[in-house]
Amino acid sequence: MSTTKISGAEIILKALADQGVEVVFGYPGGAVLPIYDAIFNQNQIRHILVRQEGGAVHAAEGYARSTGKVGVVLVTSGPGATNAVTGLTDALMDSIPIVCLTGQVPTHLIGNDAFQECDTTGITRPCTKHNYLVKDVKDLSKVMHEAFHVARSGRPGPVVIDLPKDVCMALENYTPKEEIELKKYQPRLKPDADRIEEAVELIAGAKKPVFYCGGGVINSGPEASRLLTEFVRETGYPCTLTLMGLGAYPASDKQFLGMLGMHGTYEANMTMHGCDVMVCVGARFDDRITGRLDAFAPGAKKIHIDIDPSSINKNVKVDIPIVGDVAHVLKDLMKVWKDKKCKPDAKALDKWWAQIADWRAIDSLKFDQSGDIIKPQYVLQRLGELIKGRDSYITTEVGQHQMWAAQYLGFDEPNRWMTSGGLGTMGYGLPAAMGVQIAHPQSLVVDVSGEASFLMNMQELSTISQYRLPVKCLILNNFYMGMVRQWQELLHGSRYSESYMESLPDFVKLADTFGMTGLRTTKPGEVDDVLKEMIETDGPVIADIQVDPAENCFPMIPSGAAHNEMLLGPDDKAEKPVSEEGMVLV
Amino acid sequence: MTIDQQINFHTISVLVDNEPGVLARVIGLFSGRGYNIESLTVAEVDIEKAISRITIVTSGTEMIIEQIKAQLGRLVPIHKVSDLTLDGPHVERELALVKVVSTGDKRVESLRIADIFRARVVDSTNESFVFEIVGDTGKLNAFIDLMRPLGLADISRTGVAAIARGTEGL
Ligand SMILES: Cc1ncc(C[n+]2csc(CCOP(=O)(O)OP(=O)(O)O)c2C)c(N)n1
Ligand SMILES: [Mg+2]
Repeated sequence: MSTTKISGAEIILKALADQGVEVVFGYPGGAVLPIYDAIFNQNQIRHILVRQEGGAVHAAEGYARSTGKVGVVLVTSGPGATNAVTGLTDALMDSIPIVCLTGQVPTHLIGNDAFQECDTTGITRPCTKHNYLVKDVKDLSKVMHEAFHVARSGRPGPVVIDLPKDVCMALENYTPKEEIELKKYQPRLKPDADRIEEAVELIAGAKKPVFYCGGGVINSGPEASRLLTEFVRETGYPCTLTLMGLGAYPASDKQFLGMLGMHGTYEANMTMHGCDVMVCVGARFDDRITGRLDAFAPGAKKIHIDIDPSSINKNVKVDIPIVGDVAHVLKDLMKVWKDKKCKPDAKALDKWWAQIADWRAIDSLKFDQSGDIIKPQYVLQRLGELIKGRDSYITTEVGQHQMWAAQYLGFDEPNRWMTSGGLGTMGYGLPAAMGVQIAHPQSLVVDVSGEASFLMNMQELSTISQYRLPVKCLILNNFYMGMVRQWQELLHGSRYSESYMESLPDFVKLADTFGMTGLRTTKPGEVDDVLKEMIETDGPVIADIQVDPAENCFPMIPSGAAHNEMLLGPDDKAEKPVSEEGMVLV
Repeated sequence: MTIDQQINFHTISVLVDNEPGVLARVIGLFSGRGYNIESLTVAEVDIEKAISRITIVTSGTEMIIEQIKAQLGRLVPIHKVSDLTLDGPHVERELALVKVVSTGDKRVESLRIADIFRARVVDSTNESFVFEIVGDTGKLNAFIDLMRPLGLADISRTGVAAIARGTEGL
């Protein structure tokens, strides 16, 4: 403990520096002025001024997901804190480590309905992993360090620290990270050895196996992805990834089946449906993955590896639960596999791969770009080709374009793909791209966007302009809230209630007002040129690519249906009407 | 109904840091995820370490009960979650204060029944008694039912406190 007393605000900045924080995404206001004053007086930590607090949290999420570090947010009390709520919920659902500092009215005014007061810890309790209200500056150093520990360890998530203004101004000694005892929260990393033995035995004896892996692999760190790849290749088994897991296993590998779930490939979902042993690694049997629960992988013995015990047996009862960190577990599995000289059942596996080859032959992601309207899938397929081998990061908004991006852009490495999976937050992609670009100034960062989502957080174009962030906004402009329109077509008799986007801005002119490059095309023949120009332009770009407004995203497991009841394309839908129970599902 | 869907009652003991908001976290978890709370009691049990013990009686299928425990275990200020119903024999006690307003035969009868249940009179006027009764939930329910026709006027119950039998602590 140092002996000179400093202000609470200075303690906060010292703690941030101590935690290795380089960037804070924030927006000032009355309650956080002491902290902004402390920021003004130092140059170790960079502050990025967003244009709305929601943008700050998504930017921090993009930063965190692309680096594996904790993203840091600073907002004022009241509206600053409430604007952050969507981002916090998003980070909770997708297990993104965030520390969000919120200003608060001085302690003596708390509970008085003071100006810009809100019950921040009350509001954020259900949408954070944990939150703190610091009422005494003596607790401040400890809370700061503990918050980072909680945010990043175990299953990561957002942590809020609510900071009354008087606490930020009071004087106290700073306690550095090393002197804080963190005994409170110690999630289990090492798995149970017996479970590992059982799992290896089951895996080795499988005849129709599948690895089903998710965002937990990515959260566990790049080593986990490396170990996963090694283990999957060692077994020769097929591997599918969730939306959150893309990049955890190389998409270009022949054992990769593509994404699974509601808009997953036919082969991935059929393999899940028909498997006899399922190895779930860092995924959580979400409803977008399982489809109808009572028809989910009916013949499978299931192994579930997760650091969060509450994910296990939540939706789907599993046979071998393994609680632990993915990298630790994979290392142990691999060791036992090698020690026991396990060999997969080659004959059974050949048969299984032959079956999978038949499913693959359906070519569920095929589309027809023969007409003179641009197909959105074509744009993403071309983008994937043009950025191959490049140091690039992709963020997305939410809707059809997001699913097409997941289907057509292949990711060979983790941390390259940022999307709002659990919450499905439109407006995520643009600020997230900002955060990614801050972390990786030299890399290509593309926000694959829909025109409706783009309008949700486009105030951040001003931030992009201020910091000269060369973010590329690729708008697949179908003039509709496409995903909403698709559900209305399939489930609500094509009554397109309020899903048409009226009065869209001229995106090229919009780019111009922010000093960005604006590009536009409506012709398939120009797609490559526009994409190349977008990629090669040094500064930020908005590319308005006007695509087929009627295109639907397939394959699709309609709500309430099972994996083997996928709709493969427009002609399929008439024969497979959606059930009543399916209609009420989201 | 299959065994998987059978609904059972479980008594869960939780040790938590006695800090502001901790009860809100626990209750918010139950309401947010749609779990039942049949009874919940809380009080500090270790003043030095500022540890409180929460006893929750809840109900659900086997999978839900497992979820409840895992979700509780995930909360940062929670040190220990223990399912007394699964962990072996335990004792459950609840205290109730029961006000009965009556005169004549009914008044006499209420006193007689209180005696059988070993309920104590802790307040009395010419027309009323307040009984204090301790026991498991079933005993309290039975006593209250018997008091209903005898002028039952008010009830205050503590909810269940529970502890494992034998030498082991939580
Ligand atoms: C904040 C928010 N509001 C509403 C929704 C519901 N929603 C999901 S997709 C979608 C339409 C998205 O339209 P667009 O961005 O144009 O993408 P497209 O589906 O057309 O590719 C809507 C409204 C959402 N996901 N997020
Ligand atoms: Mg659209």
